[in-house]
Amino acid sequence: MALLQIAEPGQAAAPHEHKLAAGIDLGTTNSLVASVRSGTPETLPDEKGEHILPSVVAYTESGVLVGSEALANAHGDALNTISSVKRLMGRGVEDLQLLGDELPYDFAQTDSRVPRIRTRAGDVSPVEVSAEILKLLGKRAESALGGELTGVVVTVPAYFDDAQRQATKDAATLAGLRVFRLLNEPTAAAIAYGLDKGADGIHAIYDLGGGTFDISILRLNRGVFEVMSTGGDSALGGDDFDRAIAEWVMQQAGIERPDSTVQTALMRAARRAKETLTTQQVTEIELADPAWKGTLDLDTFNGLIDGLVRKTISACRRALRDAGITADEVEDVVMVGGSTRVPRVRERVAEFFGREPLVDIDPDRVVAIGAAIQADILAGNKPDEEMLLLDVNPLSLGIETMGGLVEKIIPRNTTIPVARAQEFTTFKDGQTAMAIHVVQGERELVDDCRSLARFELRGIPPMVAGAARIRVTYRIDADGLLEVEAEEQTQGVRASIEVKPSYGLSDNEIADMLRSSVEHAHDDMEARKLREQQVEGERVIEALVAALDADGEELLKPEERSRIDAELASFRNLVAGTDANAIEQGIKTLEKACDFYVERRMNSNIRRAMAGHSVNEFEQEAE
Amino acid sequence: MHIANFDMLDLSKNFFELFALPVSYTIDNSALRERYRELQRSVHPDRYANASQQEQRLAMQGSTFINEAFETLSDPLGRAQYMLRLHGVDIDSDNETTKDTAFLMEQLELREALSEIRHQADPLGAIADFLDTVTGKLNRMISDMATDFETPSPDRLDAIRERVRKMQFLRKLHQEAESLEAELEEELL
Repeated sequence: MALLQIAEPGQAAAPHEHKLAAGIDLGTTNSLVASVRSGTPETLPDEKGEHILPSVVAYTESGVLVGSEALANAHGDALNTISSVKRLMGRGVEDLQLLGDELPYDFAQTDSRVPRIRTRAGDVSPVEVSAEILKLLGKRAESALGGELTGVVVTVPAYFDDAQRQATKDAATLAGLRVFRLLNEPTAAAIAYGLDKGADGIHAIYDLGGGTFDISILRLNRGVFEVMSTGGDSALGGDDFDRAIAEWVMQQAGIERPDSTVQTALMRAARRAKETLTTQQVTEIELADPAWKGTLDLDTFNGLIDGLVRKTISACRRALRDAGITADEVEDVVMVGGSTRVPRVRERVAEFFGREPLVDIDPDRVVAIGAAIQADILAGNKPDEEMLLLDVNPLSLGIETMGGLVEKIIPRNTTIPVARAQEFTTFKDGQTAMAIHVVQGERELVDDCRSLARFELRGIPPMVAGAARIRVTYRIDADGLLEVEAEEQTQGVRASIEVKPSYGLSDNEIADMLRSSVEHAHDDMEARKLREQQVEGERVIEALVAALDADGEELLKPEERSRIDAELASFRNLVAGTDANAIEQGIKTLEKACDFYVERRMNSNIRRAMAGHSVNEFEQEAE
Repeated sequence: MHIANFDMLDLSKNFFELFALPVSYTIDNSALRERYRELQRSVHPDRYANASQQEQRLAMQGSTFINEAFETLSDPLGRAQYMLRLHGVDIDSDNETTKDTAFLMEQLELREALSEIRHQADPLGAIADFLDTVTGKLNRMISDMATDFETPSPDRLDAIRERVRKMQFLRKLHQEAESLEAELEEELL
């Protein structure tokens, strides 16, 4: 008989085995990968010693280039060199107008709702472009760590909506990575700082990256991070500072309609000027074609960006209000993102919060480092780790009601995971179907919100208007992804539909993308599926064995135990075989057989958590 | 609003029991928060990132349930509605409303005052005062609520139900005032 071990809930990994895991900061301008090695989180360099990978993908004659090689290709081949693709993630064709004509790409005309960029390698979607970046970072981690990754944590701006999150997750899947969790960037930064310093209290994370701005208010209490509120702007960042400089230069130099080559040169000069102005009072700007030379001083630059910085401060004010606190209750302000190097940004943030912001950890790396720490914990490498994140949904989720109005089902800044239900009724006599329109946003009119999904509930039994009861349930999981379900209740007739809100990619399109990816020819796909099922099967076995060792004797009667043992033995045979479908089926069978046991474990965990607390005065009538 | 189908997890019969707290309207907020964290620490899906899908599913449900319980109990209005339900009073918050004319008149006046704040000399000061007034009214209702729940006779439960309806009015008003304040701050600061 095995000795009774006490395992941390959820810790399924065998104790000695260190699982390889990585955190990926998939940024608008730059991306990084980090991992915890011998207890220390660090970003991983490429073979040239570079940690930062420019988020640029080039489709060249000789193949796909990613990073600085791709950046070098931008000269003269701008249309085939995709940068800042994060801005397009989860966006529909109709959103492109919102982004203006800032993006110097050729968009293909398609029937799909997803914008596709025309390149010499064919039309590519933003998900595919991002997958190239993720694939490269995944490989970099695997070669640095010397083995296959168990899983990754990919960071997203807290302000990313559901479609943008879903798109990011799909990109990782397409890159062949298993995503433990999507993590909000500011939260990742807080982890990087919080664990270093163990500082309980309220923290504000001001994250100004290349293309996005986030502000998050977090409460840290003995290892538990609670996100109190979050806000920001998913289309505001350092790139806008560059653009402001570029526009100023265009004005000064009298450039009216720059072609894409001049645009690239302008943006490059602007970025250099911005970077120089983080340490100098004045900078020279020089253009080759058209030839122009001028100087930009710090005051002028500040004037150019003040409006943009003010927008970020307004968002800070809103976030404090949502959290129900005032600026002086904030203990620390953490600065994240390369754009927080701009002196004006630091000044304004210090002024608003009334304290100097923290800048000790490299603002470019802090997010990746936090993600690596979280990935290490989720991989099960730190069973004693007390850290836990309680995150919120960044935007309100609602449903369209009569007259194009929005009824909010889950308000913004609700702690996730969460489920909320609301009942609706029919509008006409004999109505048998109901259209359900899921929207995201804070405004009252559907037209002002973002449409996430539409579906119809059919088969409602005909009744007089107002008699049917349709319960619509919104569920957000711990990644912030939404699932909606509708169900008719009155006559016990149950018709329910689940939707994953799409950002326009149909399952077929995803399948096509997978198929077209050169690396996975048909045979590969089969082998890959088998390998995936085997890995999953091994995971299931490992988890079950660890559980049985921990509390099997305590929670199971002998006959229950031998039933599970028998199921486990026959499942082991399946995993040793070569039939992927049989393994898939076997996982379901085994899980079903263990249902009752898993529930008992969960309850016993809860009981253990509450042990020692007693109800002093329990009121009888309240039962 | 309440997600009831949680039979599969034999969690406590009610939210108070879940947090090992006495059923009482006056609640120890720091104990509630502390126990909420302890529970999430053992049930949150992140604790099961490497476990079977089945455990992950269950963890998701458990964590969702704990979030709902915590949110209900930490909100004075949610707590009142929940305790009414424990006492067998199911309030249909969407469709029932107060018939107290004096209260309704006062609401009209408050709304009128709110709509004029934008045109005042110091709109930000005025909106802050307005929010204080509404918060004061809400706080008084909360303390009356606590007294009534101590000896919950049928009459008192009726009074509580009426107060819940009124609190919903004030809550809505408070939200609108807050969004006006946000708008004003953005325009003026």
